[in-house]
Amino acid sequence: MNIDTQLLHEKTTGPRQSRLRTEAVNLYYGTFQALRNISLEIPERAITAIIGPSGCGKSSLLRLFNRMNDLITGARVVGLVELDGINIYDDSVDVVELRKRVGMVFQKPNPFPMSVFENVAFGPRRHGRHKLGELEDIVTRSLQQAALWDEAKDKLGQSALALSGGQQQRLCIARVLAVEPEVILMDEPCSALDPVATLRIEELMRDLARDYTIVIVTHNMQQAARVSDMAAFLMMETDKAGTLVEYGPTSEIFTNPRDKRTEDYITGRFG
Amino acid sequence: MLNKGGTLVTNNDRAAAGPAPGGLGRRWRPREKLIEGWIVLAGLLTIVVLLGIIALLMKEGLPIFLHTPPWEFFFGAKWYPVSEPPTFGIMPFFVATFWVTLVATAISVPVGVACAAYLAEVAPARVRETVKPVIEILAGIPSVVMGFIGLMLLSPLVQSLFHLNTGLSGLTAGIMLSLMSLPIIISVSEDALRALPDDFRQAAYALGATRWETIWHISIPGSLSGITAAVMLGVGRAIGETMTVLMVAGGALAVPIAPTDPMMPMTAAIASGIGNAVRGGFQYQALFAIGLSLFVITLAVNLVADRVLERQKRKFAR
Repeated sequence: MNIDTQLLHEKTTGPRQSRLRTEAVNLYYGTFQALRNISLEIPERAITAIIGPSGCGKSSLLRLFNRMNDLITGARVVGLVELDGINIYDDSVDVVELRKRVGMVFQKPNPFPMSVFENVAFGPRRHGRHKLGELEDIVTRSLQQAALWDEAKDKLGQSALALSGGQQQRLCIARVLAVEPEVILMDEPCSALDPVATLRIEELMRDLARDYTIVIVTHNMQQAARVSDMAAFLMMETDKAGTLVEYGPTSEIFTNPRDKRTEDYITGRFG
Repeated sequence: MLNKGGTLVTNNDRAAAGPAPGGLGRRWRPREKLIEGWIVLAGLLTIVVLLGIIALLMKEGLPIFLHTPPWEFFFGAKWYPVSEPPTFGIMPFFVATFWVTLVATAISVPVGVACAAYLAEVAPARVRETVKPVIEILAGIPSVVMGFIGLMLLSPLVQSLFHLNTGLSGLTAGIMLSLMSLPIIISVSEDALRALPDDFRQAAYALGATRWETIWHISIPGSLSGITAAVMLGVGRAIGETMTVLMVAGGALAVPIAPTDPMMPMTAAIASGIGNAVRGGFQYQALFAIGLSLFVITLAVNLVADRVLERQKRKFAR
């Protein structure tokens, strides 16, 4: 699974459409403001990393894009979050349809307590695919895409919980891919994994970035530097969580940050 | 335990060697010993009482099979304890218990689980915090009061709705029993649903599942062991409940064909018969044998539920 640098290069120089963007977004949990005036354009078919210290609002920002914050009572969004030019917080937007197009992988691998097959087939089944042959095709393809097929093809009927942590996380990625999303959100997908499993997920992410728009939250600076094309640095100032300090190509953020605070954070002076 | 040289040191050796130096010697802690002893005693007491109950039921009940062979006892349809000669066939009671429990379960399980799912997954916190204690209070209504309610309110309704000669029927009893097992089923299922880690729900929602799909395909299967326990507790109450069925089931001695027939479940048969039975007589023995059968039924129900759960767990969990 080599990273196709040629393709990457072409992609970075070619025209990029912006699928996801936010404009002056503020997020409140009750009276607590978790995000402040965030404006971002997330490039298509690339990996955008959201970095920053704990509690700065990284996950909140990520969960803005598939409206997972809706599940929290008292969460309120002010501002614009667009997917292909449509404000996803508009009343006319169906959350179920949105989440079909914007999938999510969580911090802790959370496969359902079902068989490997049923885990991957869960999404397609919910969206009206019931024919077994069709589901088998989807499961096979998704597991192959998630680089889990070789390890899991003989375990399709076994409990997903019997897989290793890294395999479980790839299964969760396959489960998302089975729904055929356009955007994949990843909330610290490797923080519960060992270095080898982490590397495999990172390789997988690079592969997937050819076809999908990926947004990843990570604590790990090296990871952000390794995998992402764009990076957004969020910070938490004294009672001011969720301030976007800097956003730009990862190479610039890491080698030539414009803001002193970014530099301090990346070089490990705080955080 | 091994000492420095690697040889086995028993407690006796150590006692003989005297306290270890440096204040590390074993101390005699009477409070610990006392509490430990008390816990063991309490555990033993439960087992002894349970075994005692079984022994009593068997001692008093089994001799009836010297008079009436088991085949006639269990499958006989005639219960004439005071005829000469008396016949003891418990089929009418057995079938009555079956109908009443079936009606109660058919109502209380779907309604109870749905209500639990509403409270755990849908209701805002404030609703849940008001409704749940109220439901738990319902569980404390004495069964004789439930019997009254069945007698005064429900039985006329059942009578006119199904055009029956009497509203006192297995159906009426079953409905009342379902109301009595509902609080247990709701309360225990709700606890089980809320104990399920939120990760699963989040994953389902993130895959575009609706709330209903998440409840039906993730939350309920995920907490099935707790829900099954809740159902068993509820069904157990329905099978064992006596006063309410005695009051509203109708008390007929014929084998009930339909749930709308008047009938006498096993518990009611024991309660109504024991007052007239001569101690040690055939009727007395027969009633104890019914009690023993009830005990075996509930035990079997529990064992089956255990097996089902075990299989379910093996299928999914590691």
